[in-house]
Amino acid sequence: MKLTNRSKVVSNKEMTLAEKIYLPAVFKGMGITFKHAVRTVIKGAPSVYAYPEVQKPRAKVWRGHHVLKRDEEGRERCTACGLCAVACPAEAITMTAAERTKEEKGLYREEKYASVYEINMLRCIFCGMCEEACPKSAIYLTDRLVDVETNRGSFIYGKDKLVEKINERIDITARQSEKQKNAVK
Amino acid sequence: MDLITFKLILVLALFLLSLTIAAYSTWAERKVASIMQDRIGPNRAGPFGLLQPLADGGKFFFKEDFTPANAEKFLFVLGPALVMFISLITGAVIPWGKSLNIGGTSFDLQVANIDVGVLFIIGMASIGVYGIMIGGWASNNKYSLLGAIRASSQMISYELAMGLALLSIIMMTGSLDLKVITETQTAGKLWGLIHIDGMNWNIFYQPLAFLIFFVSALAETNRHPFDLPECESELVTGYSTEYSSMKLGLYMFGEYVNMFISNAFIVVLFFGGYNYPGIEWVTQHWGENTAGILSVVAFLSKTVIGILIFMWIRWTLPRFRYDQLMHLGWKTLIPLALVNLVITGAVILAFGS
Repeated sequence: MKLTNRSKVVSNKEMTLAEKIYLPAVFKGMGITFKHAVRTVIKGAPSVYAYPEVQKPRAKVWRGHHVLKRDEEGRERCTACGLCAVACPAEAITMTAAERTKEEKGLYREEKYASVYEINMLRCIFCGMCEEACPKSAIYLTDRLVDVETNRGSFIYGKDKLVEKINERIDITARQSEKQKNAVK
Repeated sequence: MDLITFKLILVLALFLLSLTIAAYSTWAERKVASIMQDRIGPNRAGPFGLLQPLADGGKFFFKEDFTPANAEKFLFVLGPALVMFISLITGAVIPWGKSLNIGGTSFDLQVANIDVGVLFIIGMASIGVYGIMIGGWASNNKYSLLGAIRASSQMISYELAMGLALLSIIMMTGSLDLKVITETQTAGKLWGLIHIDGMNWNIFYQPLAFLIFFVSALAETNRHPFDLPECESELVTGYSTEYSSMKLGLYMFGEYVNMFISNAFIVVLFFGGYNYPGIEWVTQHWGENTAGILSVVAFLSKTVIGILIFMWIRWTLPRFRYDQLMHLGWKTLIPLALVNLVITGAVILAFGS
């Protein structure tokens, strides 16, 4: 059965003399590297980011550091339904649900909210399943990187690191489909 | 100045030169690699990363010096020391330049002018593999041992071809003395036809021997595409797996010194040593010292070009498979070298020396 048309037929043919003495191929290869060297010396290295000064731009759909979104009024969207934790193949997400009180109406959108929401960044494989499972559009992965820590305990991110700050909202519209953009209230 | 003072200064200068060139080879290697792969390369330490060797050296000294529990302690230390020692000692017999005239006396720019210079270098180069072998064995690690055994078998295979290629040069020159070999390349007409002063180089007579010697030299110095003793993808890093800190540094450094010396050797044998076009004319018109200094410059620039070519090859060719390496050594290079030897002998018989 032929699955693709890219397969190549392997042959055990004897090498010709020119192939056996290696030199023509060697010189050809050296010519190629020399061309590259000359080009780099004259024109400078193509497509290189001088890393610490210039960061390589990440794709818009890059799956990095998670964010728990707030809605337009600044209320947390998460209702602690646990679908993200169920969908998570690495079992990195744990949460505890709580019922909101009357005074907390401005803080949480639904009656139920996550009093504890933790993602273990050492387990997380950044697959984005949580994002897809969330019915409330509460969790998204962003194009930010997870910080470097010096001990394992610090990699368990609680709500303090996950919930977006009220005055520095994270724009995730690039990763939302049109349908989702319209659905979110 | 008496002879002994001059020689001492020369030894010191040579020592520093070897180490400097080895240090900057590590920088140049990375720079050459980067420009061939469309990258920038070291550019953090100093302008163009020129202080990188210093930073590397500092790093090597301050890293943890770890010795495995079941390693043979004495041999474990001896291995890298031997590699470094052997590679530094071979520089002594190479004629680095013509001569310098200091206070009316003429000094040869060669530490030890021994009659069997070629044999000395070949012999020392073969002892160099002991450092690798001892290190690989003493580490008490299978990968290291495999790497070391690969190194020694590769050494044996290529030493033969190397020696045979050398023999044709020795037959032409009639001497094992490196100084004599260099001097025969100064005078005389090229192919008995064209007269260019200081251009009567052996490469024009023995291109095949040069090719064989060059390939063998790559294998002897464990350079790509013959770096099987230390292939990272197959043997972790071969004989130096268990080495850390400056011991690893010595291995690495020793190898770069080796590369420098073997290029110097190639220059002496095939590229006229310290000769440059018009060396006799310069000696007569501008004086002995100018000619001497220019000859050193000529020698070193030829050597540096050789090193750059070694690097160029490294960043072009993939590593040989082990059986290909052995095939190339035993079935191709040795017969070729023998044929070359026969042809050389026939030509010498037919046309006289």
